[in-house]
Amino acid sequence: MAKKAHIETTINGEQVEYLCEPRQSLLEVLRDVLEMTGTKEGCNDGNCGACTVVMDGRIVNSCLVLGAEAEGANLETIEGVATPDSLHPLQQSFLQNAALQCGICTPGFILASKALLEMEPDPGEERVRHWLAGNLCRCTGYDKIVKAVLEAADVLEVKG
Amino acid sequence: MQDFEYIAPRTLSEAVALMSEKGESARPLAGGTDILVQLRGGRRSVERIVDVKHVPELNEMSFSRESGLVLGAAVPCYRLYQDQDIAQAYPGIMDAASMIGGIQIQGRASVGGNLCNAAPSADAIPPLIVHNATCVIAGQQGTREIAVEEFCTAPGRNVLQGGELLVSMRIPAPKSGSGGRYLRFIPRNEMDIAVAGVGSWVQLSPDNRSIVSARVALASVAPTPLFVEESGARLAGREVSKEAIEDAAQAAMEAARPISDMRGTIQQRRHLVGVLTRRTLEGAIARATN
Amino acid sequence: MATTTEVSSTEFNVVGTRPIRHDGTEKVTGRARYSADIQLPGLLHGRVLRSPHAHARILSIDTSKALDLPGVKAVVTSADFAKPSGRVSDLTEGAIHNMGFMANNVMAGEKALYKGHAVAAVAATSPHIAEEALGLIDIQYEVLPPVLTLDVAMKDDAPVLHERLASLANPGLRPGGLKDDDDTGEATNIANHFVFESGDIEQGFKEADVVVEREFDTASVHQGYIEPHAATAVWNADGNITIWCSSQGQFAMRDQTARLVGVPVSKIKVIPMEIGGGFGGKTIVYLEPVAAALAKKSGQPVKVTMSRTDVFQGTGPTSGTHIRVKMGANKEGKITAVDATLAYESGAFPGSPAIPGSLCMLSAYEVENARVEGYDVVVNKPKAAAYRAPGSPASAFAAESVIDEVAGKLGFDPVDFRMLNGAREGTRRINGVRLPRIGYMELLQAAKDHPHYSAPLEGPNRGRGFATGFWGNGTGPASAVASVNSDGSVSLVEGSPDIGGNRVALAMQVAEVLGIAAEDVKPAIGDTDSVGFTSNTGGSGATFKSGWACYEAAHDIKRQMIERAAKIWEASPEDVSYTDGVLTHNSDPELKLTFRQLAARLNATGGPISGRGNVNPRGQGPATAGCIVDVEVDPDTGKVEILRFTTLQDIGKAIHPSYVEGQMQGGAVQGIGWALNEEYVYNDRGEMSNSSFLDYRMPTSLDLPMIDTVMVEVPNPGHPFGMKGVGEVAIVPPMPAIANAIHNAIGVRMTSLPMSPGNILEAIWSQQEDGKA
Repeated sequence: MAKKAHIETTINGEQVEYLCEPRQSLLEVLRDVLEMTGTKEGCNDGNCGACTVVMDGRIVNSCLVLGAEAEGANLETIEGVATPDSLHPLQQSFLQNAALQCGICTPGFILASKALLEMEPDPGEERVRHWLAGNLCRCTGYDKIVKAVLEAADVLEVKG
Repeated sequence: MQDFEYIAPRTLSEAVALMSEKGESARPLAGGTDILVQLRGGRRSVERIVDVKHVPELNEMSFSRESGLVLGAAVPCYRLYQDQDIAQAYPGIMDAASMIGGIQIQGRASVGGNLCNAAPSADAIPPLIVHNATCVIAGQQGTREIAVEEFCTAPGRNVLQGGELLVSMRIPAPKSGSGGRYLRFIPRNEMDIAVAGVGSWVQLSPDNRSIVSARVALASVAPTPLFVEESGARLAGREVSKEAIEDAAQAAMEAARPISDMRGTIQQRRHLVGVLTRRTLEGAIARATN
Repeated sequence: MATTTEVSSTEFNVVGTRPIRHDGTEKVTGRARYSADIQLPGLLHGRVLRSPHAHARILSIDTSKALDLPGVKAVVTSADFAKPSGRVSDLTEGAIHNMGFMANNVMAGEKALYKGHAVAAVAATSPHIAEEALGLIDIQYEVLPPVLTLDVAMKDDAPVLHERLASLANPGLRPGGLKDDDDTGEATNIANHFVFESGDIEQGFKEADVVVEREFDTASVHQGYIEPHAATAVWNADGNITIWCSSQGQFAMRDQTARLVGVPVSKIKVIPMEIGGGFGGKTIVYLEPVAAALAKKSGQPVKVTMSRTDVFQGTGPTSGTHIRVKMGANKEGKITAVDATLAYESGAFPGSPAIPGSLCMLSAYEVENARVEGYDVVVNKPKAAAYRAPGSPASAFAAESVIDEVAGKLGFDPVDFRMLNGAREGTRRINGVRLPRIGYMELLQAAKDHPHYSAPLEGPNRGRGFATGFWGNGTGPASAVASVNSDGSVSLVEGSPDIGGNRVALAMQVAEVLGIAAEDVKPAIGDTDSVGFTSNTGGSGATFKSGWACYEAAHDIKRQMIERAAKIWEASPEDVSYTDGVLTHNSDPELKLTFRQLAARLNATGGPISGRGNVNPRGQGPATAGCIVDVEVDPDTGKVEILRFTTLQDIGKAIHPSYVEGQMQGGAVQGIGWALNEEYVYNDRGEMSNSSFLDYRMPTSLDLPMIDTVMVEVPNPGHPFGMKGVGEVAIVPPMPAIANAIHNAIGVRMTSLPMSPGNILEAIWSQQEDGKA
């Protein structure tokens, strides 16, 4: 078997080191090696967005990134979105708008939406729908998710 | 997934050496959005993955109105479509770069990777062809350059010899009065593989009334993305008109060699080539006029 | 825009409000644990080997090379599982499942009956090693001709899947079964063939002024939950087994696993993890017995997971169908007769939803003369599993399309025509059962009154469609225990997994009874050792039946709180009243205790108080839904764009309106996916070609508009708060409504699902050909 690689990376602002096999995806590393199971597997081939994480400022499907590729990267996962004493406005908005039913897709949607709002604070419905097209939800029909993102955008704008 | 080794070289010569050492058993990794899926599905096997994202030449993205665009093979789609000057100069390529996968995929996937993967349905290839792009290829014996339309040889196969790497694509400077458009047909609005795709490019006369030259290329209707010289020939020198566009669309439909599979039938695909050729030519002409 | 149409209103404090769900914070922060999130010391990873053939006899299995691979700890095949009888005569009364068939589905025995059928499983120290080991298992198959369509399967000389399949004529025995040994009847793929009849259809068709007859086909579709199946098991040396999995019912998982691994139910504890979607597809075991068998053999905890391809190829799609409907109506707009034949693919084992499909088809209407004939047919595809209102969407697609056509020919508005024929309290369904009070007429009126229905729709190739649907709703046994805490809160342990917001709706029913805030009830889903038996979260039943158990548990608490206050006040319980969470002495109003004040004094005044509810309530009441949809069809490509969508539903009373809307929107969008693009695509070897989310095209956010909801509140007399199950029926009407809208837009009548661009183009072309001819 190929030798495990020693990887140093940053996850949610913390320096993290791990060993991984070259064939292990970043998703596997997060879930099985680091036991950070907030990032979900839905399809393992880049078509559902449940495993979305932010890597160097861009959202990516962590199932399509090798764990070894994270060397020197700056990663953000769902575990880093809330502060110890308060939820992120997006998380709050998802709750207030009942924008989740089973919740398995929710971490991916929150990270994707957060990345959007950080780049474009005032997206319209069409832009939100376009941006989130890589995240599948089977429960909600997206209506309440789109509303939650638009409402969070308003809240974040007021907070400025 | 099968076992393999992973190496991330920092220089082009190192990358070429690592690739050459393993020949066919080495594969480059840029965005990984195709190769990792193929490896996981057992559709490809490798001994060595060479991560080329840290090689400067493959990350280059330089553009000037005079000399055109050099697009490193590992540059992810989002970097391309975020650049307003490039987007304006090569709108057809932008159409494709902003529709490959979803936002997550575009954060990783590169136009060069889309080309090397050599899928018949590759969205980036028809617009590269119609924008006259060439491929810069590096190997142990040095570098060579070929036209994009000659790059793909069969589904999933390309001209790269064992150990060779696609370094970048060069796209000539945009001509004034020209415009490009790429459209694909998919059943959903995103996250789909083209049932058929058409890239068109035109250059108009200064008064915008006639077509100086035109290029049309197709996706998903042949074993490789297909350059249809005949469509361009039927447009060159003609007045901009429905008839001229229809002639070009007929030529594209005749050139298409589609198959029936789970994504579409022969008849549907040939019909869509006609529809999309008309729509992309109209779009390209509109862009050239602005 | 969400609207509510109320028929009558009762005052509630908590019911009808929109508190934040109790499990919400865990779910938006990634802390909620789903089936695959369990990590244990020494955990092994399991993978299942699946048949590459749709139909094959298994001649031999050699696992020795796999076992030799370093890191592999155990391999199991069907030899490692119990063999429950599959005979009809051994089925207990009211059997829901045939355990012999289920055992065979979990691990193939003599034959592999579909591509993706489990044939062996491996546990290893890493998932990659387990996958490698699958490739080292050597199986010799005798490949048999696959039976892939209803047409072929129902032919007399068709290859048969089960040599000893009993051919039933019994709409009461859905799971089917094998013949007794002395039964020498012909081999067949038809597991059940039944007829429902009422009135005189010949006479009815004579009275008709218009008769329309059409045939319809629908493709198999998958439930499409985002969470793949996963199960983790520990088998201790004392024979006690613990299983962590996500399902629609921990008790079903326990009971089914016990039968399949051959132990009493008391030996198994199932701990329900959060469930990442089910829609009916997580009501039966796939991996739980496999994880248990691997854990027993390896002596270590084993987590078995499915890939997305495994989910598509190995778990329950819904049935593909072929349905013929002939309907007659007179000039007055009354349906005079219906004659229908429905054939449903059940997959590799009997038990399609042909029966509920047949029963629901006409249930929203008063049809005096009708004959509905159903077939349950086995084919070499995955065993069909429940999917949201099982059976009803396909039969509604057929019936509601024909109704649209009949109404159109007679010159009636589609809603008016339905009003002329609509079912109401007392209307007999085709099986003779009378309907209770339902809100179908009110729903039709709400549709008619909705601004969408009369909004101008301009532009070429645009059309509007309307359709409705019916679903019977389910119930079943349920249990709950609630304990009063000293701070005035109540801890609630109930037995229904929370599939989309029912946990908060259960807590709210406790809060309503006790006059406390929803936030002061702390709901949890108990494992199989912590709460009484509770049937599956399915049949739109969880908020109804477990809600009722919670209601009873809360009343139990209330009664004890009254007794306790009486004791403290040295009064009799009759002297104490309990209103809005305050206990008052009837004759001495100065004596008052709030729920919270009394809660703080319980331990010192006689000990803690807990309440329990153990119920199997009736009166769940059937549900109806409707939708109005605007589409635009691109005649050059055949692509349909949904421009506007309004879903209406007869919901009884909304406990938590946001999650009722959510069920309505989610059901509607699953229906839109089913209508437009979702389907299992098979090649002629019976291999599914599109087993990924790339090519199995569920709707993305960009494919949809906002989904307007209209909650029609006609209180269900069978429930103390007037609520009824809301989870399923919204999926029923979108397919016919979209077909009707397409017809309205371009004049083409689509009779097969999906109405994908390719199929619509073909239909346009064939209409053009007909026009020329």
